[in-house]
Amino acid sequence: MSGDVILSVDHLTMRFGGIVAVNELSFTAARRKITALIGPNGAGKTTVFNCITGFYKPTSGAMRLTHDDGKTIQLERLNDFRISKQAKVARTFQNIRLFPGMTALENLMVAQHNALMLASGLTFLGLIGAPSWRAAEARAVDLAQVWLKRIGLLDRADDAAGNLPYGDQRRLEIARAMCTEPALLCLDEPAAGLNARESAALSELLLSIRSELGTSVLLIEHDMSVVMEISDHVVVMDYGVKIAEGTPQHVRDDPKVIAAYLGADEQEAIAVMESGT
Amino acid sequence: MLFSLMIGVRTDAGPTGQLIYWTRFGDLAAMVAAVFGGSIIIELLRQWWGPVGTIRIVPPSVQNALGVARRGIAPVLLIFTFLVPVIFYDERYILDLGILVLTYVMLGWGLNVVVGLAGLLDLGYVAFYAVGAYSYALLATNFGLSFWVCLPLAGILAAFWGVLLGFPVLRLRGDYLAIVTLAFGEIIRLVIINWQSLTGGPNGVTGIPRPTMFGIPLSPGDDGLAALLGIEFSPTHRIVFLFYLILALALLTNWVTIRLRRLPIGRAWEALREDEVACRALGINTTTTKLTAFATGAMFGGFAGAFFATRQGFISPESFTFQESALVLAIVVLGGMGSQLGVALAALAMIGGFELFRGLDQYRMLVFGLAMVLLMIWRPRGLIGHRAPTVFLERNQAISSDLVKEGHG
Repeated sequence: MSGDVILSVDHLTMRFGGIVAVNELSFTAARRKITALIGPNGAGKTTVFNCITGFYKPTSGAMRLTHDDGKTIQLERLNDFRISKQAKVARTFQNIRLFPGMTALENLMVAQHNALMLASGLTFLGLIGAPSWRAAEARAVDLAQVWLKRIGLLDRADDAAGNLPYGDQRRLEIARAMCTEPALLCLDEPAAGLNARESAALSELLLSIRSELGTSVLLIEHDMSVVMEISDHVVVMDYGVKIAEGTPQHVRDDPKVIAAYLGADEQEAIAVMESGT
Repeated sequence: MLFSLMIGVRTDAGPTGQLIYWTRFGDLAAMVAAVFGGSIIIELLRQWWGPVGTIRIVPPSVQNALGVARRGIAPVLLIFTFLVPVIFYDERYILDLGILVLTYVMLGWGLNVVVGLAGLLDLGYVAFYAVGAYSYALLATNFGLSFWVCLPLAGILAAFWGVLLGFPVLRLRGDYLAIVTLAFGEIIRLVIINWQSLTGGPNGVTGIPRPTMFGIPLSPGDDGLAALLGIEFSPTHRIVFLFYLILALALLTNWVTIRLRRLPIGRAWEALREDEVACRALGINTTTTKLTAFATGAMFGGFAGAFFATRQGFISPESFTFQESALVLAIVVLGGMGSQLGVALAALAMIGGFELFRGLDQYRMLVFGLAMVLLMIWRPRGLIGHRAPTVFLERNQAISSDLVKEGHG
């Protein structure tokens, strides 16, 4: 497994003034696998995400991303939009951040900005309507259509994203992130606010992204049914440190994890577990 | 409370220097009654006509007719504009007014790129207008360059200043951005006033050459256009030429903007207005995106400025006050941010309407203010508030203004 690691996080620490949100966290995410980052509220999961995706600059630590061709990128040295543009890390947000006043199709077109910008000759070729630009635009619309079909929103392509139901917006945001053609897809609570049927559809979508497209996925999730169903590897955090990791089965039975979720100390949790079984 | 004291108590210096005051309860009561009554009337109007527009009880046939009228209005307006010099050939006043309206249409369309598409509130747009005007005036009077050489130069210089303004304000958003752009507009004006050796200070630049029709002057001389065509010279020729010149420039602005909207850069502008954080997560360089918006808007402002200079033949800092910025911004907001047709209609209403009420003297502003208040109650997102998508698969349907964000700077 060590040879096929897409993301390795080493001793990542993030301080906000006196508060240590993430403390010496180390974990790896395997290529073409789904890695879940779980933990109680306030454990520092989203902070880790923001460090990986360049929204925060970590206080210390290293984050290494290895592309399929073997190229290695130190994520902590890139910032802002370069994480997505050069390192090919795409993300979604805990509270959906679509472009509500633009149509679903337009949302997916904006995601292909960098590729289209080159194709339009930094706007100049596009301005005179060069054939190469037209072809590139048609291809971009095709890619967007493929994704709309995949998430079942093809018939709503021309509707404003802000008008779509909540579950559709969640899926559209994932499709938009995928339209940047990422190596690593980071999802921040993709199942939040979804009903059981929508959660199941989401699991299916994520599994197809992993197996059919070979994209590695890192997700934060509270919905345990989703985590247990689709994750290949689970990392559990509490108070900014890793308290457990392993397969979903392994993590579920770990007393430390149960203790963290129940808010009790470890001994009590073991006692609870033993009395329960 | 403060207001009640300001109106209710009148103070003055007495004959021996002491403070004397008297009360004006009558005036105060009248004011209070007026404000009270006014609020009630506004609230009633809001309930009668309010912004419920979309679901008002209007028969579908009427709504269809309105839809057709809405689609037809742009071509009809364009054809009419082309015919204005033909219809009103003898009426110099209307031609001049037409040129003025078209100048503001162009400025509105230029600012629309910055405010309407990219959502960056720019209160100093007149600075670029001034840069364009002075660029042409100084290049033409000092180096004898022709209008057609100076026009692109004026645009490039204005765009350069747009980028220069853009750099420091990139981190600012909303109100802060507005304040800095406002200051930038004032800085440019003050530099023009004080840099006497270059700009002539408050005296302005005089003797700016009139435009030529690609080298052929529109003058009464033997080499003038009239002589070449063998027709009698008339000063109206130049006015008509200027009219078509600004029309062409405005249409160029419009064409480029419509084109840009459908290109990745234009979509990135609109995406930036909708959600900047999401843009960054998608790998869009928000810095260059904002700078290109500033530069593009400034370039059109520069073109308009060069035109202004050649039309007037004389420019001074007085033409580039904050009031101009505010007027152009009002046109964009009134028209509906991002809507090309809306901006054109708003420019027509603002500039034309202003002329229409000339007979009312000092009450002109009052009528105007009232009209704007009513319009903002009736259509809070401008004349044309909805947004047309830039690309579609099957249905090209407008997006309701409720969903479109205004941008946070």
